[in-house]
Amino acid sequence: MILDSLLPSASTYAADINQLFDVITLLVGIPFLVASFLFFSFIFRFKAKGGQKAMYITGTEHQYMKWIHRAHVPILVFDVIIVVMAVNVWYRVKQDLPEASSTVRVIAQQWAWSFVHPGPDNVLDTADDITTVNELHVAANTLYHYKLESLDVLHNFSVPVFRLKQDAIPGRIITGWFEPTMTGTFDIQCAEICGIGHGLMPAKIVIESSEQHAAWVEQNSPFAVAALAAN
Amino acid sequence: MSRPIATTRSAAGMPTPRLAVWWLIASEIVIFGGVLGSYIMHRLAHGIWADYAANTNPWIGAFNTFVLLSSSLSAVLAHQAAERGDGKRAANLLYLTTLGGAVFLCVKAFEWTTEISHGMTITANTFWSFYYTAAGIHAAHVIAGMIIMVIVAQTAKKNLELHRVEIIGIYWHFVDLVWIFLFPLLYIAK
Amino acid sequence: MAESIRVEHAAHHDDHHGHHEMSFLEKYVFPLDHKMIAMQYMFTGMFMALIGGFFAYAFRWQIAFPGTEAPFWGQVSPADYNSLVTNHGSIMIFWVAMPVLIAAFGNYLIPLMIGADDMVFPKLNRLSYQIFLLSALIILASFFVEGGAFGGAWTAYPPLSTKAEYSLTPLGSTMWITAVALEFVAFLLGGINFITTAMNSRAPGMKMWDIPMVVWMIVIASILFMLSVGPLLAGGIMMLFDQNLGTAFFDPDRGGDPILWQHLFWFFGHPEVYVVLLPAVGIVAEIITVFARKKLFGYKTVLYTAIGTGVLSFTVWAHHQFIAGIDPRMANVFTVTTLLISVPIAEMMFVYIATLYGGSITLSTPMLWALSFIFEFLIGGITGIFLGASGNDIYMHDTYFVLAHFHYTFYPIAIIGTYAGFTFWFPKMFGRMMNDKLGKLHFWLTIIPFNTIFLPLFVLGAAGHHRRIFDYRNFPELSYPWMWDLQALATYSLIVMLLAQVIFFYNVITSWISGPVAPKNPWNSNTLEWTATSPPPHGNWPEGLPTVYRGPYEYSHPDRKSSDYWPQNEPA
Ligand code: HEA
Ligand code: HEA
Ligand code: CUA
Ligand SMILES: [Cu+2]
Repeated sequence: MILDSLLPSASTYAADINQLFDVITLLVGIPFLVASFLFFSFIFRFKAKGGQKAMYITGTEHQYMKWIHRAHVPILVFDVIIVVMAVNVWYRVKQDLPEASSTVRVIAQQWAWSFVHPGPDNVLDTADDITTVNELHVAANTLYHYKLESLDVLHNFSVPVFRLKQDAIPGRIITGWFEPTMTGTFDIQCAEICGIGHGLMPAKIVIESSEQHAAWVEQNSPFAVAALAAN
Repeated sequence: MSRPIATTRSAAGMPTPRLAVWWLIASEIVIFGGVLGSYIMHRLAHGIWADYAANTNPWIGAFNTFVLLSSSLSAVLAHQAAERGDGKRAANLLYLTTLGGAVFLCVKAFEWTTEISHGMTITANTFWSFYYTAAGIHAAHVIAGMIIMVIVAQTAKKNLELHRVEIIGIYWHFVDLVWIFLFPLLYIAK
Repeated sequence: MAESIRVEHAAHHDDHHGHHEMSFLEKYVFPLDHKMIAMQYMFTGMFMALIGGFFAYAFRWQIAFPGTEAPFWGQVSPADYNSLVTNHGSIMIFWVAMPVLIAAFGNYLIPLMIGADDMVFPKLNRLSYQIFLLSALIILASFFVEGGAFGGAWTAYPPLSTKAEYSLTPLGSTMWITAVALEFVAFLLGGINFITTAMNSRAPGMKMWDIPMVVWMIVIASILFMLSVGPLLAGGIMMLFDQNLGTAFFDPDRGGDPILWQHLFWFFGHPEVYVVLLPAVGIVAEIITVFARKKLFGYKTVLYTAIGTGVLSFTVWAHHQFIAGIDPRMANVFTVTTLLISVPIAEMMFVYIATLYGGSITLSTPMLWALSFIFEFLIGGITGIFLGASGNDIYMHDTYFVLAHFHYTFYPIAIIGTYAGFTFWFPKMFGRMMNDKLGKLHFWLTIIPFNTIFLPLFVLGAAGHHRRIFDYRNFPELSYPWMWDLQALATYSLIVMLLAQVIFFYNVITSWISGPVAPKNPWNSNTLEWTATSPPPHGNWPEGLPTVYRGPYEYSHPDRKSSDYWPQNEPA
């Protein structure tokens, strides 16, 4: 509700995170509002009046202390709800790795992104791979694995409309997944400071319908490009 | 400069300097804990480090352990002498302890020069980086302890500030204890 | 009693001292008196706060109006931007919050509140300040060396921070880590002093539960600091070696591990936020009890929740690293521990609110600051829950939401808490009363802009704005007009807030020179510092140190008919 009013939700799990955000807002909002209400009402109610002494309460009396103890119950319950939901979403996005129908390689370096698409044969690391700079092409409604690596320092592959973020670490290849649900062109940002050009590492993700995407792959495969050049 | 009255109180039931040295040691434990914890994590993740560690000389390490332990003994004796009010003897025993530290450092210097001349420098690989860093931080503590010990001995000789003998002793035992951890981790585990 | 004999002796001694006038150098430059050292920390921290605030102004100008020249700074280049942000964060935490809340208030208050004439190790105290000053000079000097100041964020993640070819600040990086390490050493020395003083040098009669809350909090914070900073100090040495000797602790190409640094950093970094939180919470406890004329609601409750928070704080560090490449299963553990921390902190906040119940509340300037601390910190606290929920942090990590979260915690602590304490103890420190009207004007002109700076940043964060980006025009999704409006609102508010500080400085200077002379105990407060003259002389109570008969918060006690307070040192 809140997040999708601010930006589009373009992956299968974006809605889960939107929902989680709303639930947390509600569950911390209620205690916050109650606490603030009491806070302000006490300030107004107990303003100093001439000649009136304050009460003497030590905070060990059962009649007062029970209110503080009772407040723990909802907080613990809310905490448990938040943990359960958060862990669920986390499991789905980061721990679980569903079967993919295609895989892309994402390579970060100071200060650009290279994307390796599998090409017409849909297999990575073959001669027909398509490498692009700062532009990732994917098809909607297709489950992708990404293989994320970095050539120098830490970067972070962040696609806000997917609600996806993952650090890229030199010397490691990190695998994750996403499944776009709508078409369009969106931002990819780098979300880990990586030096002077950190603010200059924008890339685009272009989500196309499967036909459009197939056409793009066809046109840009190294063979097609070579043939074009030969003409 | 007169001492504040605050110094003479002991609401916690322990003389202030002794209390302070325990807190100092607490903060040092976490420093060494950080180095050693990082080392152990790496070590477990890299089986090959055992091969590098094979190049260390456990006999030299054992000898140094012996030297440090003996110096701890003389520190204990110095404390006993100070308790009896025998500042002279305490001072002499502290000098002896310092000597132990000096022997330890000489042996280390010898050991390190041989290792470095065989190409096992601090940049050779991460095992050696840890080796020199951990032992280096420890050696810095040995040097600091020796300097303070000489200062304490100077005043103790005149039968002044004898309570300091105990304090530096506690510190010195701690420095020993760190070595007791370093020795098996760097030299023996192979 | 042995104590009283010694007291007489000391009084005599002080007399004797009076004949030998201390030179200017002895008194102001190399003092041993805890109050003077506190002032050195206070004014150094104040100076650094102005620098940190000015940096915020320079980079916030660039965020809101990219490509235009910031008045008094000029064009902010990408390299400038990173150095400004990095050093803004580092300075505000290590050279403002720490020195002011722990070192300045700790030094000033601990001996006075426990009825001692000084710290137990005055020379160590002086050394601690000198090391601290050196570290401050190094961090400032780093702006003038070749390559400029370090720009790899205050978290200094390697390999960016360890390899000059990546950071392009060969000297700046080394100076940054050196300065931070020296600052840690300074606070370790200071901490030992605080802890031993509070443990050992209490006035006769002062039992554990008679210690004022702020003293407890500074001591607990010092212990927390001591037990968490070690690994990072070790890490700092490793980083220095990586930078300058060519070791490879954090270099993945040569067998090192960059994530190791993150663990060392956050194992310290998370407890550190409570290290600064606790002293502020202690200051607030002193102020709300005085101005509500109430006993603290549950003295031991506050103490136990503080200790509980401290213990738990060692178990949550990886919530900063959820998506940094740690084992994803670990995230679940850290989500649970992180959310658990809300329980003791919530209890602590509720206790403070409950303290107001049934009070007789006067809204003086210090009270306004203290109350606003509670409210603003609640916002900061609950937004931490959004981030602690691992699934949500996938999206929120490193956005402006995080930024707004921690400014809503740090700002109440470092700025609001400081102003609360400063205005409350000003009469004691300088012997004059501050102007309350100007104080309130300053309060409102600071607190309103504070909210209008950071509330918009929550919205921007939720909309996907990432941190440490010097020019959002590169990102079409982040360049809608309403977003620019919010960024501009934040920057304008900051300018208003910075200008409002002029009122504060004017108030301090004029009150110091010509304010009404402060009595010993202007707020009718119970704690011992108010029984010394304002300002207290060297030795604090030349007439003899006080003895304690009761706890610090006996306000409006029914057995006490003559007045609504009952000083700790007054015999029954
Ligand atoms: C003093 C400063 C301070 C304080 C007190 C806190 C307090 C908390 N912080 Fe914060 N935090 C920072 C300073 C601070 N933080 C900083 C500087 C960063 C960023 C560092 C960087 O990357 O540069 C950060 C980042 C940060 C992150 C990482 C975000 C990311 O980078 O992705 C997380 C995640 O868990 C987090 C969580 C919390 C939590 C759960 C608390 C809790 O302690 C809050 C507990 C308080 C409450 C919950 C409020 C009171 C309770 C109630 C009103 C009851 C209702 C509550 C419930 C029903 C749960 N913080
Ligand atoms: C204590 C901590 C603290 C404080 C107080 C502040 C204060 C402010 N911060 Fe800070 N900030 C950080 C800690 C803090 N910050 C950290 C850790 C980072 C992350 C750095 C990183 O990413 O590496 C950060 C980053 C950060 C950014 C993110 C930049 C980016 O990621 O691109 C922004 C952007 O708006 C910002 C803004 C501000 C503003 C407008 C203030 C204003 O509130 C400042 C106003 C200042 C004053 C009004 C000073 C007046 C005070 C006095 C004169 C003191 C008086 C003293 C005594 C009485 C003793 N900060
Ligand atoms: Cu790449 Cu930031
Ligand atoms: Cu944290």
